[in-house]
Order: sequence, then C-alpha cells, then structure tokens
Amino acid sequence: MNKFDTFTGLVAPLDRANVDTDAIIPKQFLKSIKRSGFGQNLFDEWRYLDHGEPGMDSAQRQINPDFVLNQSRYQGAEILLARANFGCGSSREHAPWSLQDYGFRVIIAPSFADIFFNNCFKIGLLPIVLDSSIVDRLFEAVKQAEGYRLTVDLQKQAVVTADDQEYVFEVDIFRKHCLLNGLDEIGLTLQHAEKIKQFEQKRRIEQPWLFA
Amino acid sequence: MKQTLYDKLWHQHVVHQESADPNSMALIYIDRHLVHEVTSPQAFESLKLAGRRPWRLNSILAVADHNVPTTDRSKGIHDPISRLQVDTLDQNCDELGITEFKMQDVRQGIVHVIGPEQGATLPGMTVVCGDSHTSTHGAFGCLAFGIGTSEVEHVLATQCLLMKKSKTMRISVDGQLGFGVTAKDIALAIIGKIGTAGGTGYAIEFAGSAIRALSMEGRMTLCNMAIEAGARAGMVAVDDITIEYIKGRPFAPRDDLWDKALPYWRSLHSDEDALFDRTVTLEAAIIAPQVTWGTSPEMVTTIDGNIPDPALVADEVKRHDMQQALTYMGLQANTPIQQIYLDKIFIGSCTNSRIEDLRAAAGIIKGKHIATNIKQALVVPGSGLVKQQAEQEGLDRIFREAGFEWREPGCSMCLAMNDDRLTAGERCASTSNRNFEGRQGPGGRTHLVSPAMAAAAAIAGHFVDVRGLNG
Ligand code: SF4
Repeated sequence: MNKFDTFTGLVAPLDRANVDTDAIIPKQFLKSIKRSGFGQNLFDEWRYLDHGEPGMDSAQRQINPDFVLNQSRYQGAEILLARANFGCGSSREHAPWSLQDYGFRVIIAPSFADIFFNNCFKIGLLPIVLDSSIVDRLFEAVKQAEGYRLTVDLQKQAVVTADDQEYVFEVDIFRKHCLLNGLDEIGLTLQHAEKIKQFEQKRRIEQPWLFA
Repeated sequence: MKQTLYDKLWHQHVVHQESADPNSMALIYIDRHLVHEVTSPQAFESLKLAGRRPWRLNSILAVADHNVPTTDRSKGIHDPISRLQVDTLDQNCDELGITEFKMQDVRQGIVHVIGPEQGATLPGMTVVCGDSHTSTHGAFGCLAFGIGTSEVEHVLATQCLLMKKSKTMRISVDGQLGFGVTAKDIALAIIGKIGTAGGTGYAIEFAGSAIRALSMEGRMTLCNMAIEAGARAGMVAVDDITIEYIKGRPFAPRDDLWDKALPYWRSLHSDEDALFDRTVTLEAAIIAPQVTWGTSPEMVTTIDGNIPDPALVADEVKRHDMQQALTYMGLQANTPIQQIYLDKIFIGSCTNSRIEDLRAAAGIIKGKHIATNIKQALVVPGSGLVKQQAEQEGLDRIFREAGFEWREPGCSMCLAMNDDRLTAGERCASTSNRNFEGRQGPGGRTHLVSPAMAAAAAIAGHFVDVRGLNG
C-alpha cells in the first residue's frame, strides 16, 4: 500500500444519498480476476449512455453529458464529495478499487456503509466522515466555485479549505498509522503469529469440534 | 457483567487487542471461511505473490455460485469471462487443497445456503465470506459478516481479521405473525422502520417470541437482510430449533464431540437484562405482507398500501431520492400497490431459496397457471440438495405445470451475473434482497417480496394480498 501524504485536490460533488456498490461498479465488471482497470467503469450506468460490458473500449462509448463527473470542470478530481450512507450494498472491494483507479484518493460524506468504509482503508483510499451540515456547506461551495480544491491533512486529521477553514475528522489511530506509513496489515498481523497459534491451540482443546 | 450474545461471541475470539481501550482495534480469530469465485481471485493471487499459504485449510469451504448457469450445465459456462473466474476458483482450490463443491457436485449452491445445509456453519463460530450476505449465518448464534477481498486474503494468510467491536442493537418482534406473513415481511418491515443505514455500526440481535417461533429457514432470511438495514452482522440466539436443524449434517460434530458442544451452544444467548446500545420493538400481529416500490429496500410499503407521494416529504434530499426512484421504476405516486403489473417473477437467492420457501410458493400456485402477461417465471433452488428435496416432494411438477421454469442452483437473477436477467424496463417480483438500479439487469425494475407473494403475483399478473388467498 502507498503512503498517504497530505495533498490538495480538486473536488467533485455527487449529490445523491445511498449510493450503492452496484451503482459504483456494476456486476458485469466483477467478473475480472484482476485488481486494476476498474476506473473506466466507475459509475458505469450513470456515466455512459450505452450499456457497458467488460472488454469494451471506453473511448468508443457514448458519454452521458449530464452526469456530474463528465463535466469538464471536474476532470482530474481527487476528492469525491458524497451524501449519506455512501457505499451501501455489497462487500465488493471492486467499489473502492474503481474509485481509486479513477483517481480519487479521498471520499467525504456524512456517513458510509460499514463494509465499504472498512474496505477503503485496506487499499489506502481515505473515507472521511464530516457532519452533514459541513457537507452541505461544501456542496454549496463546490457548486459555486469552479476549480474548488480542498487540502486533506491526515496527520492533523483535518480537511482544509483554500481560505484556511479547518474541519477536523475522526480516524482510528491504528488505521491512521497504517495509512501514513503505507503498512501491509497482513505483515503486521503475522508479527502476532505466536499468539495466534497459542489461541488456536487453546481453542482446539476447549472446542475440538471446530477442528474436526 | 451481563453480556449480550454479541459480547459473548466477540470475547471468545479476541486474540490480541491494540490497547486496553475496548474500542481499539482487535485481532479476531476466524473459525469458518467461506469462499466464492467473485471476491477471491485477487486474494489468492496476492497471497501467492507474497509467498504465503493458507493458515488453516480445514476452515475453508469454497463454491462457485454467482456466475454459474442455471440451465443445463453439461456444456459448461459459455461466457468466457465467467468461465475464467470459475476455473480460477477451481484451480486455486485444487492447488492449495481447499474443499470445494464444484459445479457438477449435487452439494453445489449459493454459498449462504450450503454452509448451514452442510453443518459447516455452527453456533459460536466466527464465519466470514467475501460477500455481504454472510450475515445469514448469524441465524445459528454465530458471529457472521461479509468482508472485502483484502480481508479474504488476510484471513487466508492469518486466520484472523483486524476489526473494532460494533455497537449492539436488539430488535424484538413479539406476538404472532398473521396468516401469509413471513420472515421476509418482518425483515422488510424492520428496514422500512429503521432505514437502510439504521443498523450501520451495529450488530443486530433479533429476539422476541415471533423470532423464537421462526424455523431456521425463516431466521436465515431475517439475518440475511440485516445487511440491508446497514448492519454487518445479524444474529439469533441458539435454542432447540437451532440444535435440531444442525443434528446429523455432514460437517456437524457427532457422538462425543456433539455431546461436548451442546452445553456451550446452549449458553449462546444474551443474558437477561444485558444492555444493548439500541433497542427496537415491533409487534408481529400488525406486520402485513411487504412490497418494495423503489430502488432501496427501505422504500417499502404494505400490500394494501399505495406508492407514497414525494410531494408530501419535507426533507429535500429524501424527496429528490424518491422522485428519482419513481422515475427509474416507471411508477406514479399514490398508485395502489395491487395495481402494479409484472413481467417476470424470480423465486430464489440466498434470502429465499430454501425448501421452506419453495414449499410456500408451491402451496400458492398448486393447480393454477401464471398470468398471460408474465413473460418468464423462474424458480432457482438455493442448492442441488434443496433441488433434490423439492423434486422428491413433487414441487418441481407443481411449478412446471404452472408455467414456471425449474432451474439449477445459483445466484441467478438476484444479481444477473449469469444469463438470467431483466431487460431494460422489465418489472419483476423478486424474492431476493436488493432492488438497486440495474441489480437484476440494466434498466430492470425490482420489487422485493416474500416467496408466497411472488407466487401469488405470478398467478394474478399483478401484486395481490396473499392473506386473501386460500393457500
Ligand atoms: S443470491 Fe444474491 S445476494 Fe445472495 S450471494 Fe448470490 S448474489 Fe449475493
């Protein structure tokens, strides 16, 4: 996993609550056995007018000009501003993969679905929860000002506007540590291998039917 | 201290905790890892690239379900991309020595149906799978939840997961369900009440006399939909019904081990007066058969209701969502639910494809025929063994004579990764769990209902109240 550094990025607004993982990346693209290349099919059914299937050349497809991410002012966006319960639905990690592959590094929303939220951290995509009144304000600001950018400082746990307004967010200290240092969780867990073996040994004696 | 069922399950599995703070990250031991073809290939690949091997092979059970055809399988899978994904699972399992039920195996089926059916899901376990509907298995008094692909790899490599303890919610449903009202209706009524984000951050325990009275099939349907209420895990305490169901199943303990397991299993319930972070109560008697009208499971009403009117909703974001949903669904506000006509019927999915579900649907359609406006009606059993049992009971004949297609087991039109799907604009009464845009096929329109309600709609051609039928 790459280290998460402080950065300033263009913000794109997705003004819709309960955006589900089927909308983020439709199921036909889950047939891939690879981890990359999902960005071109992010929000496929909203982004294109024609029906997408794996293997299609996205340059040849019909773009939906009304979809927000297709507007020229949001090209190159790295921060997605979203509404409540973002990422609800399935456990597919393809959803965070596609957001990251598209170029997003941060998603800001008033709330996220549990599994999606968790999956984001595993790949170094940062989901930030801000109060819905702040999110409302940010939506207004993005719509008003073309080229609206925000700075995300994970060390300070703050989202900072161009005029130095700071919005502090919560993040679990272990997750923060992993993100800042680009640590591999499996490697960290295996440092406890002895402890896991001991636990397993004890369990084998107390609940032998689980190991039959 | 008094403990909830969730507290007990959690404490049983903590291998290590980051700090003394109970809310800090913990390393949780995983007893059962279920694997399917869609969310595992990248995990197996990374595992191999890192030079690691699965920690405990006999904790893993694999099956392909999402991509498999539900028609004649002797010719294999014709879509090359789907085939590659299923072949990749077969190869990974063969190479590593993982138990897998292959496509031709009679035990093959939807992962959340076969786990319990085989006795691979047992009380007190932690059960994970790269699939959000893993919550289903919580019906057995275990801690079961869906994980992403990175976590699939983490469990393969370490037999553990890093996670934080959830908050606890008890949803009590007391009293007796009315005729024709099922676990599916309870699930939808709960989601209608607390919303699809109502359970976010919580592990839900379903309790109360109406839950105790449910069969294991019913409890699985209910826990299956905990995730649609936003909760990663749903669970029901162990009782005689749980134990009766497990007895004699292939992976379940026998003889001495069975005797040893029983007292522990019987302790798997919340202590009296245990404290929950949130409690919700519902009265069983007032729950009516439910039908969703929108593109989120919380957009639900009763069979005797009308489609709600967004104009009456004050909240702007919500009103906008409702309007968007009605446009997508091709529906008008205030239309009576019973005037919604259907094109297709789907009876299946990990929510409602078990023997009891098929019996309920067959009971409604026996001796009748699907309406002329129904273009296709599918029954997709949850597993090869469910299919076999149904055939022994003659249910397949009832379905076929009524004009239904009787298929091979798999996820099928629940998410349309195989050939079973809706085309744009088609409207379907479905016993599955998600009515998201495009879920059953691009442009497809899904209404979630119970098996009995789907069967009744197939016969009438539109939604009808099963309570008015002589089942
Ligand atoms: S039946 Fe549907 S919800 Fe269940 S595992 Fe398959 S695709 Fe997922």
